[in-house]
Amino acid sequence: MTTPMTPGIQSGRLSADALSRNFEDLHAPLDAHEARVAADRCYFCHDAPCMTACPTSIDIPLFIRQIQTGTPEAAAKTILSQNILGGMCARVCPTETLCEEACVREEAEGKPVIIGQLQRYATDTLMAKGVHPFTRAAPTGKSIAVVGAGPAGLSCAHRLAMKGHDVTLYDGRAKAGGLNEYGIASYKSTNDFAAREVAWLLEIGGITVETGKMLGADLTLDALKSDHDAVFLAVGLGGVNALRIEGEDQAIAAVDFIEELRQSTDLTTLPVGRNVVVIGGGMTAVDAAVQSKLLGADTVTIAYRRSRAEMAASPFEQDLAAAKGVRLMFNVMPTAIADGTITLEYTATKDGKLSGTGETVTLPADQVFKAIGQTLTTDAGLKLEGGKIAVDAAGRTSLAGVWAGGDCATGGEDLTVTAVAEGRDAAEDIHAAVMGA
Amino acid sequence: MADLTTNFLGITSPNPFWLASAPPTDKEYNVRRAYEAGWGGVVWKTLGSEGPPVVNVSGPRYGAIWGADRRLLGLNNIELITDRPLQTNLEEITRVKKDYPDRALIVSLMVPCDEDSWKAILPMVEETGADGIELNFGCPHGMAERGMGAAVGQVPEYIQMVTEWCKKYYSKPVIVKLTPNITDIRNPARAAKAGGADAVSLINTINSITSVDLDLMAPQPTIGGKGTHGGYCGPAVKPIAMNMVAEIARDPQTAGLPISGIGGVTTWRDAAEFMALGAGNVQVCTAAMTYGFKVVQEMISGLSEWMDDKGYTSTADFIGKATPNVTDWQYLDLNYVTKAKIDPDACIKCGRCYIACEDTSHQAILMKEGRVFEVDDSECVACNLCVDVCPVEDCITMVELPKGELDERTGRKRGDYANWTTHPNNPSAQAAE
Ligand SMILES: Cc1cc2nc3c(=O)[nH]c(=O)nc-3n(C[C@H](O)[C@H](O)[C@H](O)COP(=O)(O)O)c2cc1C
Ligand code: SF4
Ligand code: SF4
Repeated sequence: MTTPMTPGIQSGRLSADALSRNFEDLHAPLDAHEARVAADRCYFCHDAPCMTACPTSIDIPLFIRQIQTGTPEAAAKTILSQNILGGMCARVCPTETLCEEACVREEAEGKPVIIGQLQRYATDTLMAKGVHPFTRAAPTGKSIAVVGAGPAGLSCAHRLAMKGHDVTLYDGRAKAGGLNEYGIASYKSTNDFAAREVAWLLEIGGITVETGKMLGADLTLDALKSDHDAVFLAVGLGGVNALRIEGEDQAIAAVDFIEELRQSTDLTTLPVGRNVVVIGGGMTAVDAAVQSKLLGADTVTIAYRRSRAEMAASPFEQDLAAAKGVRLMFNVMPTAIADGTITLEYTATKDGKLSGTGETVTLPADQVFKAIGQTLTTDAGLKLEGGKIAVDAAGRTSLAGVWAGGDCATGGEDLTVTAVAEGRDAAEDIHAAVMGA
Repeated sequence: MADLTTNFLGITSPNPFWLASAPPTDKEYNVRRAYEAGWGGVVWKTLGSEGPPVVNVSGPRYGAIWGADRRLLGLNNIELITDRPLQTNLEEITRVKKDYPDRALIVSLMVPCDEDSWKAILPMVEETGADGIELNFGCPHGMAERGMGAAVGQVPEYIQMVTEWCKKYYSKPVIVKLTPNITDIRNPARAAKAGGADAVSLINTINSITSVDLDLMAPQPTIGGKGTHGGYCGPAVKPIAMNMVAEIARDPQTAGLPISGIGGVTTWRDAAEFMALGAGNVQVCTAAMTYGFKVVQEMISGLSEWMDDKGYTSTADFIGKATPNVTDWQYLDLNYVTKAKIDPDACIKCGRCYIACEDTSHQAILMKEGRVFEVDDSECVACNLCVDVCPVEDCITMVELPKGELDERTGRKRGDYANWTTHPNNPSAQAAE
């Protein structure tokens, strides 16, 4: 029988029962009573700091008051009118560094109003009723291409459809959803939520989804430009940064592992190492590490080359990893992968530059994941900046008629909620432009 | 620890906390539990005349309003007086009083407004050995329609008349319980005094509709699709009750008439406030109905801690101490000036003070870079709305401007005491000299 101790990369380390328990919702949804109690803590702040901290500027005091007064559907409309993926954002936003960090009750008592969970309560309530609360304006006769059906693309497409435009939403993969569908840890989006949310979003009408169409392979920017009145690019970051060390070929991209896990219909068939090492310090590293542990790996280590304070994953994510039994190592960088081991060299920062100290440590590692950042795979002939498509505040690229947003473009953090804001704002600018305002 | 022993009309009780006449005092079982829990006294649930007892509804009796976290702030009820036979109640009262001689036991009564009815019941009550009676002239629903309760309490002449009968046929103290459902509480109190009452107790419940069922389109509690007004009590009525207590305490015609304070007493502090305004003790109903009899433990410990702190050795030391400071608006010092001050360290930056002042008051709070809130003394009228809406205790305080200092709002230096009666803007002002 396979157990966490079985050497090598094996499936079925845990029973089906244990696995389904492990991959349950990270936070169980609030019931109506819990939501009321939580909503009662909101002070209905003036010019609320939480709202300023939300990249999509959701009117948080208003929606929480709507929950408090027994109208969660009205609360959902408040949320969704600013952030059409409010349901997913409620699950995946690092609220501890966004709205909840800014909440005045964090300052007052060290315990913020649980804004994310309340947002989920409201949006889940509305979606469970099968209501799509938005309608389309009169047809404009304009056609817009949105390339990439992740958060930025979906948000842009919905806003454009609402304005009365016809939208063709292209995506290279088999399913729409982007990172929501393929890139988010399973326990943050259970019960196929990403796909259900996409289906619900499309109920607005006017959006034609064409999957299996990849920019660069099946689509060209020139053709898109000539077939449509405007183009919005939200192609994400398809490439993975390399470790550039000996044994690189034995390291797997963490994003591929997460994707495989998300698409798996039977986790007992998904193999994982006995001793797993994840290289990196962001949310992807944490997601890969935690899920390895939940799949039954015996030891999982995150190896990050800088200090804890510099880690991109928030303290909440770090604690989550630690609580699940992941070991966090700081100030180490990989130098070689060989024969089921990985060698790490300690690092130190001198005059602002990071370098190895020469001292090393070797860990058993039958599976190594790299999570040191992703890269743009196609520039489509556009001007780049720091490896991303350069855009202005309205999402305009260097080419007239072409907008871009989400992780592939400059501006903001690489977060779902930021992508939603960028897609929405680009849609407003596209609308103004094509209507000749 | 301070001695909480209270003497009210010669009736001593180990503390000033009595249970008001209501469901908590409706039968022997409850009253014994109440005494065991530490209550100083009990006013038995109101008894009616001999004969078939009244009948209560068998649907819901209560309506409620809640604050944050569903904390009960106000309760209303459509319950009547006791619905158990008179003899049962009298037997129980006799037994209980015998077993708890050190606790106060008052019998509440409501019988029809004729001398014979009172003459009939009072000797029976006397026989129980209870310490006194309380005349329920307050019940606002059900009984009033039968010419009792509030129907009597709203007519001062009736109050005086019934009180006189009671003094005639009963030897122990008579307390008259007043209804707040009138315009000037001093009139029924004066009538009670004229009738020879030993004390008044107040308030009974306030006519109210707490909520409307928007599906049934009927007031709550809803009985078969209909509702009626009920009597309101609990924390929400305390301010109304305290004003009425103070009005009677400072009325020259009733000054010195003992008062039992009732209405929204929930904590030791509420009790201390009622007593400072002139109540010799307090009665509690809703707090016990919300939290059980154990709440009295906090009232007892809180009051004695506070008394120790202040150096009061007996409740008599502070009863009525605030009464002389209740005055009419026209005597308030119009030259007294304060300004709001925000403690930036305590501020959590919610901005509620700012928006309250900006939208609804005097535009006297500035919201500066980084959500720093500051009071503009040249606009602040010292209304203290900001203090009231701030979620953090003592974050905003009202600081007194010393005499002789410039009030930036008026451009005048703070002067000596001067009130409206001599103010130049007052057409009927008398000259100060
Ligand atoms: C359900 C209920 C029944 C009551 N019945 C009586 C009664 O029979 N006789 C009476 O004098 N007062 C009655 N009251 C009024 C209380 O004695 C008391 O005056 C009132 O509730 C205010 O006090 P509180 O705010 O502490 O509850 C009743 C109150 C309630 C809630
Ligand atoms: S979208 Fe995210 S950041 Fe904005 S309010 Fe919701 S949970 Fe917070
Ligand atoms: S900061 Fe906190 S308390 Fe204030 S409105 Fe936002 S959620 Fe409510």
